[in-house]
Amino acid sequence: MKKIFFMIVLAGLLILLVTSVMEMPGIGSIDNPAYNEVTRYYVENAITDSNAPNIIASIITDYRAFDTLGETTVLFTSIAAVISVLSLGHHHGHKNHNSEEKVEKQHG
Amino acid sequence: MDDLIVKTITRLIVPFIQLYGIFIILHGHLSPGGGFSGGAILGASIVLYSLSFGLEKASKKLSHEASSIIESAGILWYIALGLVGIFMGGYFLTNRAAGFPMGEAGAVISSGMIALITLGIGAKVASTMITLFHTIIKED
Amino acid sequence: MEIFKAIIEHINYIAAATLFVIGLYTVLTHSNLLKKVIGINIMETSIFLFFVSIGYVSGGGSPIISLGGERQIFINPVPSALILTGIVVAVSITAYSLSLIIKLHETYGTIDMDEIMELRGEKN
Repeated sequence: MKKIFFMIVLAGLLILLVTSVMEMPGIGSIDNPAYNEVTRYYVENAITDSNAPNIIASIITDYRAFDTLGETTVLFTSIAAVISVLSLGHHHGHKNHNSEEKVEKQHG
Repeated sequence: MDDLIVKTITRLIVPFIQLYGIFIILHGHLSPGGGFSGGAILGASIVLYSLSFGLEKASKKLSHEASSIIESAGILWYIALGLVGIFMGGYFLTNRAAGFPMGEAGAVISSGMIALITLGIGAKVASTMITLFHTIIKED
Repeated sequence: MEIFKAIIEHINYIAAATLFVIGLYTVLTHSNLLKKVIGINIMETSIFLFFVSIGYVSGGGSPIISLGGERQIFINPVPSALILTGIVVAVSITAYSLSLIIKLHETYGTIDMDEIMELRGEKN
Protein backbone atom coordinates (compact mmCIF):
# COMPACT_ATOMS: atom_id res chain seq x y z
CA MET A 1 0.00 0.00 0.00
CA LYS A 2 2.73 2.41 1.06
CA LYS A 3 4.87 1.38 -1.91
CA ILE A 4 2.03 1.97 -4.39
CA PHE A 5 1.43 5.42 -2.92
CA PHE A 6 5.10 6.35 -3.23
CA MET A 7 5.21 4.96 -6.77
CA ILE A 8 2.31 7.20 -7.84
CA VAL A 9 3.84 10.28 -6.21
CA LEU A 10 7.28 9.61 -7.68
CA ALA A 11 5.82 8.93 -11.14
CA GLY A 12 4.29 12.39 -10.94
CA LEU A 13 7.66 13.81 -9.95
CA LEU A 14 9.34 11.96 -12.84
CA ILE A 15 6.84 13.38 -15.35
CA LEU A 16 7.42 16.86 -13.94
CA LEU A 17 11.22 16.50 -14.16
CA VAL A 18 11.24 15.01 -17.66
CA THR A 19 8.86 17.57 -19.14
CA SER A 20 10.90 20.43 -17.68
CA VAL A 21 14.17 18.87 -18.80
CA MET A 22 12.88 18.58 -22.38
CA GLU A 23 12.69 22.36 -22.56
CA MET A 24 16.46 22.70 -22.14
CA PRO A 25 18.77 23.16 -25.13
CA GLY A 26 19.96 19.81 -26.44
CA ILE A 27 23.11 18.06 -25.30
CA GLY A 28 26.22 19.34 -27.00
CA SER A 29 24.81 22.54 -28.48
CA ILE A 30 27.29 25.36 -28.13
CA ASP A 31 24.41 27.80 -27.48
CA ASN A 32 23.96 26.17 -24.08
CA PRO A 33 23.73 28.99 -21.53
CA ALA A 34 26.33 27.24 -19.40
CA TYR A 35 28.93 27.93 -22.10
CA ASN A 36 29.19 31.61 -21.24
CA GLU A 37 31.90 34.24 -21.09
CA VAL A 38 33.45 32.78 -17.91
CA THR A 39 34.11 29.52 -19.72
CA ARG A 40 35.45 31.36 -22.74
CA TYR A 41 37.82 33.33 -20.51
CA TYR A 42 39.08 30.16 -18.84
CA VAL A 43 39.61 28.34 -22.14
CA GLU A 44 41.43 31.21 -23.78
CA ASN A 45 43.57 32.50 -20.91
CA ALA A 46 44.34 29.48 -18.72
CA ILE A 47 47.59 28.64 -20.48
CA THR A 48 48.93 32.21 -20.30
CA ASP A 49 47.73 32.85 -16.76
CA SER A 50 48.97 29.70 -15.08
CA ASN A 51 51.18 27.86 -17.58
CA ALA A 52 49.27 24.61 -17.05
CA PRO A 53 47.80 22.82 -20.10
CA ASN A 54 45.11 21.14 -17.99
CA ILE A 55 42.36 23.77 -17.78
CA ILE A 56 40.53 21.99 -14.97
CA ALA A 57 43.69 21.88 -12.84
CA SER A 58 44.21 25.58 -13.37
CA ILE A 59 40.57 26.27 -12.45
CA ILE A 60 40.49 24.24 -9.24
CA THR A 61 43.94 25.20 -7.94
CA ASP A 62 44.46 28.68 -9.32
CA TYR A 63 41.28 30.58 -10.24
CA ARG A 64 39.13 28.89 -7.61
CA ALA A 65 41.81 27.78 -5.17
CA PHE A 66 39.88 29.15 -2.22
CA ASP A 67 36.99 26.87 -3.16
CA THR A 68 39.34 23.89 -3.10
CA LEU A 69 40.62 24.97 0.32
CA GLY A 70 37.02 24.74 1.53
CA GLU A 71 36.76 21.34 -0.09
CA THR A 72 39.76 20.02 1.82
CA THR A 73 38.23 21.51 4.96
CA VAL A 74 35.12 19.42 4.25
CA LEU A 75 37.28 16.30 4.10
CA PHE A 76 39.02 17.30 7.33
CA THR A 77 35.69 17.92 9.08
CA SER A 78 34.27 14.60 7.93
CA ILE A 79 37.25 12.65 9.21
CA ALA A 80 37.14 14.52 12.54
CA ALA A 81 33.43 13.69 12.84
CA VAL A 82 33.93 10.01 11.98
CA ILE A 83 36.78 9.59 14.46
CA SER A 84 34.92 11.39 17.24
CA VAL A 85 31.74 9.35 16.67
CA LEU A 86 33.47 5.98 16.44
CA SER A 87 36.26 6.26 19.01
CA LEU A 88 33.96 7.60 21.75
CA GLY A 89 32.08 4.32 22.05
CA HIS A 90 35.19 2.18 21.91
CA HIS A 91 36.61 3.81 25.03
CA HIS A 92 33.34 3.31 26.88
CA GLY A 93 33.27 -0.30 25.73
CA HIS A 94 36.77 -0.97 27.03
CA LYS A 95 35.96 0.59 30.38
CA ASN A 96 32.80 -1.46 30.71
CA HIS A 97 34.59 -4.65 29.79
CA ASN A 98 37.34 -3.93 32.31
CA SER A 99 34.88 -3.14 35.10
CA GLU A 100 32.87 -6.28 34.35
CA GLU A 101 36.05 -8.35 34.48
CA LYS A 102 36.96 -6.72 37.80
CA VAL A 103 33.52 -7.47 39.18
CA GLU A 104 33.82 -11.07 38.05
CA LYS A 105 37.25 -11.34 39.66
CA GLN A 106 35.94 -9.91 42.91
CA HIS A 107 33.06 -12.35 42.87
CA GLY A 108 35.42 -15.18 42.01
CA MET B 1 41.50 -13.33 4.54
CA ASP B 2 43.99 -16.18 4.70
CA ASP B 3 44.26 -16.92 1.00
CA LEU B 4 47.71 -17.45 -0.52
CA ILE B 5 46.67 -16.36 -4.01
CA VAL B 6 45.16 -13.10 -2.80
CA LYS B 7 48.18 -12.31 -0.64
CA THR B 8 50.71 -13.02 -3.40
CA ILE B 9 48.81 -11.01 -6.02
CA THR B 10 48.39 -8.13 -3.57
CA ARG B 11 52.09 -8.10 -2.76
CA LEU B 12 52.86 -8.04 -6.49
CA ILE B 13 50.35 -5.41 -7.52
CA VAL B 14 50.46 -2.84 -4.69
CA PRO B 15 53.75 -1.15 -5.76
CA PHE B 16 52.42 -0.65 -9.27
CA ILE B 17 49.17 0.86 -8.01
CA GLN B 18 51.14 3.26 -5.82
CA LEU B 19 53.44 4.17 -8.71
CA TYR B 20 50.41 4.93 -10.87
CA GLY B 21 48.91 7.09 -8.12
CA ILE B 22 52.13 9.06 -7.74
CA PHE B 23 52.31 9.48 -11.54
CA ILE B 24 48.78 10.88 -11.62
CA ILE B 25 49.51 13.31 -8.77
CA LEU B 26 52.76 14.55 -10.31
CA HIS B 27 51.18 15.03 -13.75
CA GLY B 28 48.05 16.67 -12.36
CA HIS B 29 48.62 19.90 -14.28
CA LEU B 30 49.46 18.19 -17.57
CA SER B 31 47.05 15.31 -18.03
CA PRO B 32 43.65 14.16 -16.72
CA GLY B 33 43.72 13.48 -13.02
CA GLY B 34 45.10 15.55 -10.21
CA GLY B 35 45.26 15.54 -6.46
CA PHE B 36 41.89 13.98 -5.75
CA SER B 37 42.05 11.09 -8.21
CA GLY B 38 45.70 10.30 -7.52
CA GLY B 39 45.14 10.45 -3.78
CA ALA B 40 42.17 8.12 -4.10
CA ILE B 41 44.32 5.62 -6.03
CA LEU B 42 47.08 5.81 -3.39
CA GLY B 43 44.51 5.29 -0.65
CA ALA B 44 42.96 2.37 -2.52
CA SER B 45 46.33 0.59 -2.61
CA ILE B 46 46.58 0.69 1.19
CA VAL B 47 42.90 -0.32 1.45
CA LEU B 48 43.65 -3.34 -0.74
CA TYR B 49 46.66 -4.21 1.43
CA SER B 50 44.69 -4.00 4.66
CA LEU B 51 41.83 -6.04 3.17
CA SER B 52 44.11 -8.93 2.26
CA PHE B 53 46.63 -8.81 5.13
CA GLY B 54 44.48 -7.57 7.99
CA LEU B 55 44.40 -4.32 9.91
CA GLU B 56 47.40 -5.01 12.16
CA LYS B 57 49.93 -5.50 9.37
CA ALA B 58 48.56 -2.53 7.46
CA SER B 59 48.80 -0.20 10.44
CA LYS B 60 52.37 -1.38 10.89
CA LYS B 61 53.07 -0.12 7.34
CA LEU B 62 51.34 3.21 7.94
CA SER B 63 50.42 3.91 11.54
CA HIS B 64 47.41 5.92 12.62
CA GLU B 65 49.57 8.73 13.99
CA ALA B 66 51.58 9.00 10.77
CA SER B 67 48.51 9.23 8.58
CA SER B 68 46.88 11.86 10.78
CA ILE B 69 50.12 13.89 10.72
CA ILE B 70 50.24 13.64 6.91
CA GLU B 71 46.63 14.74 6.74
CA SER B 72 47.13 17.84 8.89
CA ALA B 73 50.36 18.61 7.04
CA GLY B 74 48.54 18.56 3.71
CA ILE B 75 46.05 21.23 4.67
CA LEU B 76 48.70 23.33 6.48
CA TRP B 77 50.93 23.15 3.38
CA TYR B 78 48.00 24.41 1.32
CA ILE B 79 47.39 27.36 3.66
CA ALA B 80 51.12 28.16 3.82
CA LEU B 81 51.26 28.31 0.02
CA GLY B 82 48.33 30.69 0.13
CA LEU B 83 50.03 32.90 2.70
CA VAL B 84 53.09 33.22 0.44
CA GLY B 85 50.84 35.25 -1.86
CA ILE B 86 49.99 37.67 0.95
CA PHE B 87 53.63 38.11 1.98
CA MET B 88 54.61 38.84 -1.61
CA GLY B 89 52.08 41.63 -1.79
CA GLY B 90 49.18 39.95 -3.56
CA TYR B 91 45.95 38.29 -2.55
CA PHE B 92 45.57 35.00 -0.71
CA LEU B 93 46.50 32.14 -3.08
CA THR B 94 47.92 34.16 -5.96
CA ASN B 95 50.04 32.23 -8.38
CA ARG B 96 51.97 34.19 -11.00
CA ALA B 97 51.97 37.55 -9.26
CA ALA B 98 53.38 36.02 -6.08
CA GLY B 99 56.59 35.10 -7.83
CA PHE B 100 56.29 31.32 -7.96
CA PRO B 101 58.66 29.92 -10.61
CA MET B 102 56.42 29.30 -13.60
CA GLY B 103 58.78 27.18 -15.67
CA GLU B 104 57.96 26.08 -19.19
CA ALA B 105 54.44 24.99 -20.12
CA GLY B 106 54.33 21.22 -20.47
CA ALA B 107 57.20 20.36 -18.13
CA VAL B 108 56.58 18.37 -14.96
CA ILE B 109 58.08 21.12 -12.79
CA SER B 110 56.14 24.13 -14.02
CA SER B 111 53.03 26.24 -13.46
CA GLY B 112 54.16 27.46 -10.05
CA MET B 113 51.69 26.90 -7.24
CA ILE B 114 49.47 24.38 -9.06
CA ALA B 115 51.88 21.44 -8.90
CA LEU B 116 52.71 22.11 -5.22
CA ILE B 117 49.05 22.37 -4.23
CA THR B 118 48.29 19.16 -6.13
CA LEU B 119 50.99 17.39 -4.10
CA GLY B 120 49.43 18.59 -0.85
CA ILE B 121 45.91 17.60 -1.91
CA GLY B 122 47.13 14.16 -3.01
CA ALA B 123 48.80 13.45 0.34
CA LYS B 124 45.73 14.68 2.20
CA VAL B 125 43.18 12.67 0.21
CA ALA B 126 45.27 9.48 0.41
CA SER B 127 45.68 9.71 4.19
CA THR B 128 42.00 10.61 4.61
CA MET B 129 40.89 7.51 2.68
CA ILE B 130 43.23 5.30 4.72
CA THR B 131 42.20 6.79 8.06
CA LEU B 132 38.49 6.57 7.27
CA PHE B 133 38.77 2.94 6.20
CA HIS B 134 40.89 1.92 9.18
CA THR B 135 38.61 3.72 11.63
CA ILE B 136 35.48 2.14 10.20
CA ILE B 137 36.77 -1.46 10.12
CA LYS B 138 38.46 -1.27 13.53
CA GLU B 139 37.24 -3.78 16.17
CA ASP B 140 34.14 -5.95 15.70
CA MET C 1 9.21 11.61 -35.18
CA GLU C 2 9.77 14.98 -33.52
CA ILE C 3 9.34 13.52 -30.06
CA PHE C 4 11.91 10.78 -30.70
CA LYS C 5 14.41 13.32 -31.93
CA ALA C 6 13.81 15.44 -28.83
CA ILE C 7 14.21 12.42 -26.58
CA ILE C 8 17.51 11.46 -28.20
CA GLU C 9 18.75 15.04 -27.89
CA HIS C 10 17.97 15.05 -24.15
CA ILE C 11 18.73 11.43 -23.29
CA ASN C 12 21.32 12.25 -20.62
CA TYR C 13 19.01 14.66 -18.82
CA ILE C 14 16.18 12.09 -18.89
CA ALA C 15 18.54 9.46 -17.52
CA ALA C 16 19.58 11.83 -14.74
CA ALA C 17 15.93 12.51 -13.83
CA THR C 18 15.16 8.77 -13.82
CA LEU C 19 18.17 8.02 -11.62
CA PHE C 20 17.11 10.76 -9.22
CA VAL C 21 13.62 9.27 -8.90
CA ILE C 22 15.04 5.77 -8.42
CA GLY C 23 17.29 7.04 -5.62
CA LEU C 24 14.42 8.92 -3.98
CA TYR C 25 12.24 5.79 -4.16
CA THR C 26 15.02 3.78 -2.49
CA VAL C 27 15.35 6.34 0.29
CA LEU C 28 11.62 6.56 0.91
CA THR C 29 10.53 2.92 0.81
CA HIS C 30 13.37 0.93 2.38
CA SER C 31 13.68 0.85 6.14
CA ASN C 32 17.21 -0.57 6.09
CA LEU C 33 19.59 2.30 6.81
CA LEU C 34 22.36 0.99 4.54
CA LYS C 35 19.91 0.93 1.63
CA LYS C 36 18.96 4.51 2.44
CA VAL C 37 22.63 5.50 2.16
CA ILE C 38 22.86 3.68 -1.18
CA GLY C 39 19.78 5.60 -2.36
CA ILE C 40 21.36 8.91 -1.37
CA ASN C 41 24.45 7.92 -3.35
CA ILE C 42 22.32 7.12 -6.42
CA MET C 43 20.72 10.57 -6.16
CA GLU C 44 24.16 12.21 -5.94
CA THR C 45 25.28 10.28 -9.02
CA SER C 46 22.28 11.56 -10.94
CA ILE C 47 23.21 15.14 -10.08
CA PHE C 48 26.79 14.54 -11.25
CA LEU C 49 25.51 13.10 -14.54
CA PHE C 50 23.22 16.08 -15.03
CA PHE C 51 25.97 18.63 -14.43
CA VAL C 52 28.56 16.93 -16.59
CA SER C 53 26.00 16.57 -19.41
CA ILE C 54 25.32 20.30 -19.28
CA GLY C 55 28.99 20.94 -19.94
CA TYR C 56 29.29 18.72 -23.00
CA VAL C 57 29.88 20.36 -26.38
CA SER C 58 29.46 18.11 -29.40
CA GLY C 59 32.78 17.29 -30.99
CA GLY C 60 34.68 18.73 -28.06
CA GLY C 61 37.64 17.06 -26.43
CA SER C 62 38.77 17.01 -22.84
CA PRO C 63 39.86 20.50 -21.73
CA ILE C 64 43.60 19.97 -22.01
CA ILE C 65 45.33 22.39 -24.31
CA SER C 66 47.64 20.66 -26.76
CA LEU C 67 50.94 22.48 -26.85
CA GLY C 68 51.30 21.90 -30.59
CA GLY C 69 49.18 24.94 -31.20
CA GLU C 70 46.28 23.64 -33.34
CA ARG C 71 42.88 25.07 -32.40
CA GLN C 72 40.48 22.61 -30.81
CA ILE C 73 36.96 22.59 -29.41
CA PHE C 74 36.83 21.97 -25.66
CA ILE C 75 33.97 20.88 -23.47
CA ASN C 76 32.91 23.31 -20.77
CA PRO C 77 35.46 22.91 -17.94
CA VAL C 78 33.49 24.75 -15.23
CA PRO C 79 30.85 22.05 -14.47
CA SER C 80 33.58 19.39 -14.30
CA ALA C 81 35.55 21.48 -11.82
CA LEU C 82 32.43 22.08 -9.72
CA ILE C 83 31.48 18.41 -9.71
CA LEU C 84 34.89 17.56 -8.23
CA THR C 85 33.74 19.45 -5.12
CA GLY C 86 30.46 17.54 -5.19
CA ILE C 87 32.21 14.17 -5.28
CA VAL C 88 34.30 15.06 -2.24
CA VAL C 89 31.21 16.16 -0.31
CA ALA C 90 29.49 12.91 -1.33
CA VAL C 91 32.38 10.84 0.04
CA SER C 92 32.36 12.79 3.31
CA ILE C 93 28.61 12.41 3.79
CA THR C 94 28.77 8.68 3.02
CA ALA C 95 31.60 8.12 5.51
CA TYR C 96 29.83 10.08 8.24
CA SER C 97 26.50 8.32 7.76
CA LEU C 98 28.23 4.92 7.73
CA SER C 99 29.90 5.74 11.04
CA LEU C 100 26.52 6.75 12.48
CA ILE C 101 25.07 3.44 11.26
CA ILE C 102 27.89 1.54 12.99
CA LYS C 103 27.08 3.44 16.18
CA LEU C 104 23.37 2.62 15.88
CA HIS C 105 24.18 -1.04 15.34
CA GLU C 106 26.33 -1.04 18.48
CA THR C 107 23.52 0.53 20.50
CA TYR C 108 20.41 -1.22 19.21
CA GLY C 109 21.77 -4.36 17.55
CA THR C 110 19.92 -3.67 14.31
CA ILE C 111 20.12 -1.25 11.39
CA ASP C 112 16.45 -1.47 10.47
CA MET C 113 14.69 1.86 10.92
CA ASP C 114 11.32 0.39 11.96
CA GLU C 115 12.85 -1.95 14.55
CA ILE C 116 14.87 0.94 16.02
CA MET C 117 11.68 3.00 16.30
CA GLU C 118 9.93 0.09 18.07
CA LEU C 119 12.85 -0.30 20.49
CA ARG C 120 12.80 3.41 21.26
CA GLY C 121 9.04 3.27 21.80
CA GLU C 122 9.42 0.44 24.29
CA LYS C 123 12.07 2.37 26.21
CA ASN C 124 9.85 5.40 26.56
